[in-house]
Amino acid sequence: MSTRNSPGTPVWHPRSLMANWRQNIIYIGFVIIFVFFAVTLNDKGFLNPNNLLNIVRQTAMIAVMAIAMTFVLSSGEIDLSVGAVAGLTSVTVAMAIDAGGMAFGICAGIATGIAVGVFNGILTTRVGIPSFLTTLAMMGIAKGVAMWISDTAAVPIINPTYSWLFGGGSVGKIPVLLFWMLLLGAAGHFFLKRSTFGRRVLATGGNETAARYSGIDTRSVKFRVLIVSSMAAALAGMLYAGRLHSGRFQLGEGDELSVIAAAVLGGTSLFGGYGTVIGTIVGALMIGLINNGLILMGLEFSQQLIARGGIIILAVALSQKRN
Amino acid sequence: MNPVSLAVDMRGISKHFGGVQALVEVDLQIEAGEIHALLGGNGAGKSTILKILNGVHVPDTGTVKVFGQTIDEYSPEASRRAGIAMIYQEMSLIPSLNVAQNVFLTREAKTRLGLVDDRMAERKASEFFQMLEVDIDPRALVADLGAGQRQLTEIVKAISQNARVLVLDEPSTTLSVSDVEKLFALLHRLRAQGVAIVYVSHRMDEIARVAERATILRDGRRITTAPMSELPMELMIEHIVGKRSGGLSAMERKKSKVGEPLFELERVSGVRKPKGITLTVHRGEVVGIAGLLGSGRSSLARVLFGIDPLIEGEIRIEGCPAAIAKPKNAIDAGMVLVPELRALQGLILPHSVASNMTLGVLDRVSNRWIVNRRAVRQATAAQVRNLDIKAASQAHSVSTLSGGNQQKVVIGKWMAADPNILLLDEPTAGIDIGSKAEVIRLIRELAGRGKAILMISSELNELLVACDRIAVMSKGRLSRVLDREDLDRSEIPAADPVRGLQAAEQELLARIQLDLTPGSEASVH
Repeated sequence: MSTRNSPGTPVWHPRSLMANWRQNIIYIGFVIIFVFFAVTLNDKGFLNPNNLLNIVRQTAMIAVMAIAMTFVLSSGEIDLSVGAVAGLTSVTVAMAIDAGGMAFGICAGIATGIAVGVFNGILTTRVGIPSFLTTLAMMGIAKGVAMWISDTAAVPIINPTYSWLFGGGSVGKIPVLLFWMLLLGAAGHFFLKRSTFGRRVLATGGNETAARYSGIDTRSVKFRVLIVSSMAAALAGMLYAGRLHSGRFQLGEGDELSVIAAAVLGGTSLFGGYGTVIGTIVGALMIGLINNGLILMGLEFSQQLIARGGIIILAVALSQKRN
Repeated sequence: MNPVSLAVDMRGISKHFGGVQALVEVDLQIEAGEIHALLGGNGAGKSTILKILNGVHVPDTGTVKVFGQTIDEYSPEASRRAGIAMIYQEMSLIPSLNVAQNVFLTREAKTRLGLVDDRMAERKASEFFQMLEVDIDPRALVADLGAGQRQLTEIVKAISQNARVLVLDEPSTTLSVSDVEKLFALLHRLRAQGVAIVYVSHRMDEIARVAERATILRDGRRITTAPMSELPMELMIEHIVGKRSGGLSAMERKKSKVGEPLFELERVSGVRKPKGITLTVHRGEVVGIAGLLGSGRSSLARVLFGIDPLIEGEIRIEGCPAAIAKPKNAIDAGMVLVPELRALQGLILPHSVASNMTLGVLDRVSNRWIVNRRAVRQATAAQVRNLDIKAASQAHSVSTLSGGNQQKVVIGKWMAADPNILLLDEPTAGIDIGSKAEVIRLIRELAGRGKAILMISSELNELLVACDRIAVMSKGRLSRVLDREDLDRSEIPAADPVRGLQAAEQELLARIQLDLTPGSEASVH
C-alpha cells in the first residue's frame, strides 16, 4: 500500500519524512551528487558561478517542458512529441520574425503550440487513440514539417530584443532563462497543488472511473493537459531559438526522454495520480548537473551516455516503493 | 479430537502491525471434510489470520500445522505446497485465455516437440470438471463466463493443483442466487472428498445453510468455535457485534412523512438494460430495488446518473424534465450516486481521505479555481464526525482504511454534496453488521429530512429494514413494486421483530423468485 502522502494535503506526522525517504530521494541525491562534483571537480571550476549558471541555461528548456509533463503524467497520459514540437516551433518563430517582426513571431510560436495540442488532444480524447501513439506519430509529423518548411536549413533570427527576452539575455549575471524556469515552476506548482484543475488532473490519473463517477469531465481534463504540454514545448522551442539566434529542426531532438526522466526522477508517477512540480525541476537540474559534471570530468560522449543512464536508473530504482 | 484428522491446526496465533494488535492468541482448527465458517466484523482479524494461513504474513507467536505438518516457512509458495488455496474475491483468472488454459496455466501439457498441447489440456480439464460435476466448457473463453462460472473454474483450478484446504473469502457477493446454489453443491461434493473449506461471509443466512461449524473473531480474539446448531442467528450477531442490540431486526422501522413526487422516471431505457422503467420516488421515501445479479439494477443507476446514455424515456426532478447527459448534470441537479464498486468507481485509493471526500464538490470548497484548503479540511472533518470514520488522519491515503471505513468515505463524499436525491448501489457492501445498521439509520434519517432515496441491495433484510417500498427488477424490467407493509405477516406479533423480519424476507424472496421462469437464468448474464 502506498505510504506516500496524498496530493494537496499537508504532512501531519513528523515521522513521515523519514518513512518517505524514498519519495525524497531526489533531493538527497541532488545534494550528494552536487557535493561529490564540488569536491572532485573543484580544480576544474565546477563551483565557478559561470559554470553553475551554465547548468541552468542548459537545463531551462528541459525544465519548462518537464513542468508541463508533470501534469500530463499525473493525468495518466504521456506526450512524446515535446522535443519535436520545440524544434518545429523554433523554425516557425524564426520564419515569422523574419516575415513580420517579433510580435508576429511570438504569435506564430503560440499558435504552433495550440495547433499541435488540439491535434494531440482530439486524437487522444475524441478518437480514442492512446496518447502514447498519438504523440509518437506527432513527433514524426512535427519534425517532418519543420524540415520541410525550413528546407532542413537553420533560419537565422536577427532580433536582439527577441533573443534577449527568450533565452539569450541576462540581468546582471542572472540569465533570463532562470526567470522563465522559476516563473513557470511556481505557476505549475501552484496549479497542481492548489487549483481545482490540478485536483482534477490528479484524480483523473489516480482512477479515471472514480473521477468520472465524481462528476469530473476526464476527457476535457486530458485534452487541456495535452494542450498545456504542447504550449510548454512551443515555449521551449522559442527559448532555444532565442538562445541560439536561429530556428532549426534539430533543436530539442531527443528532449522528450530527458523531460520524462526529469519528471519521474522528481517523483511523478508514470502511471498517473501523483506528481510534484518542485521534484520535477530538481530532477531536471540533476540531469543538467550530471551532464555538466561528466563533461568536466573529461569523459568521452559515449562514456557520458552510459554514466548518465546508470545514474538515472539508480535514482529511479531507489525511489520505487518496495512491496 | 484426533489431531491427525485436523486439516488446519493454528494455535496461539498473535500478530501485531505497528501498535495495533491484530490477533491475540487465536486458535483456529479445521477438520478435513468440513465447511468451517469464519465470522467477525471488519477489523476482527479475519483477513489477518487467513493471510497467515496463506503465508502472506508471519505470525509473531503461535504455530500452524497443515495435515499434521508444521509450517516453518511463511510464503504463499510454501502454503500452496502444503495444499492451501485461497479463492479471492478479485478473480485471478486471465480473461483472454480459455478455461482449460487457465486451469493449467504455468503447468501446460506439452507435445513431444515441446509445444503447448491445448487439446490435452482441454481433455484433462474436462475430466476434472466432470469429476466435480461442474458444467463448464473447458474451451470457453473466461471473458465470456459469468461471475459464478469463473468462481467455479477457480475452485476447480485449485483442486486440480491438489489443494486440500480451500479458503473462500466472500464468495457469494457477486453471484446470483442460482450461482450460489451451484457453488454450494460443489462445496458439498468437495467436502465429501475430504477437502477442508474455510468460508468467510457477511451473509449469515448463507453461513447457516452451508457450514457445519463456525469460529467467531472479535477485536483480534477468538470468541467461540461451535457447531452451527448451537449458533442461532441472534447469538452469532451477539458474538460478532459484542452487544445484544446489533441485529438489523432490532432496528425500529419509523415511517417518515412522504411528500410530493421528487424523482420520477418515465419509461427509462438504456442501451440494453434497463428497459422501460417507470417509477416515482417521493420526498421522504426510500424505494428499494431488489433483483438478481444482472437484472439491470446497477445499469439503471448508471443511466440515471448520466454515466450510461439514456436511450429512451424521461427523468423528472420536482416535476421538471432533467437533461442528464453526464454525472456533472446529475450532481448539479442535486442527485448523487454511491456506486456499486467502491475501489473502482467510488474512490481514488492512493489519494487522501480529504481529497476523496471533496472530489465531488470541488467547486464548493474552492474560491473560483483555487482550492480552499480550510474548506476542504472542514468539509472532511464534518463527514468524518457524522459518519464516525476511523482514519489516522485526513491526509492518510484511503487505501490505509478498512473496507467499512472506505465505504463510509464514499458515502461521506456524497453527503458533502447535500443532495436531494440519493442513488445508493449496495451501500453496505463488505461492511460489518454494526456499520450496516449505522448506514441504514443514516438512510432513514435522510429520508426523514425529505430526501428521495433509491437503494439497490442484494441483501433483502437490509431492504426490508430501510425501505418504504421495494421494486423488483428482472431482466432489465421492473416486474413489481411492493409496499413494505404488504410483506409483513399479520400472524407474527410485532413484539418479535426477528421472526417478523425473517418472515418478510421469505415473502420477498418468494416474490422475486416468481419473476424467474425456468431456464431464464442463462440469459441473465
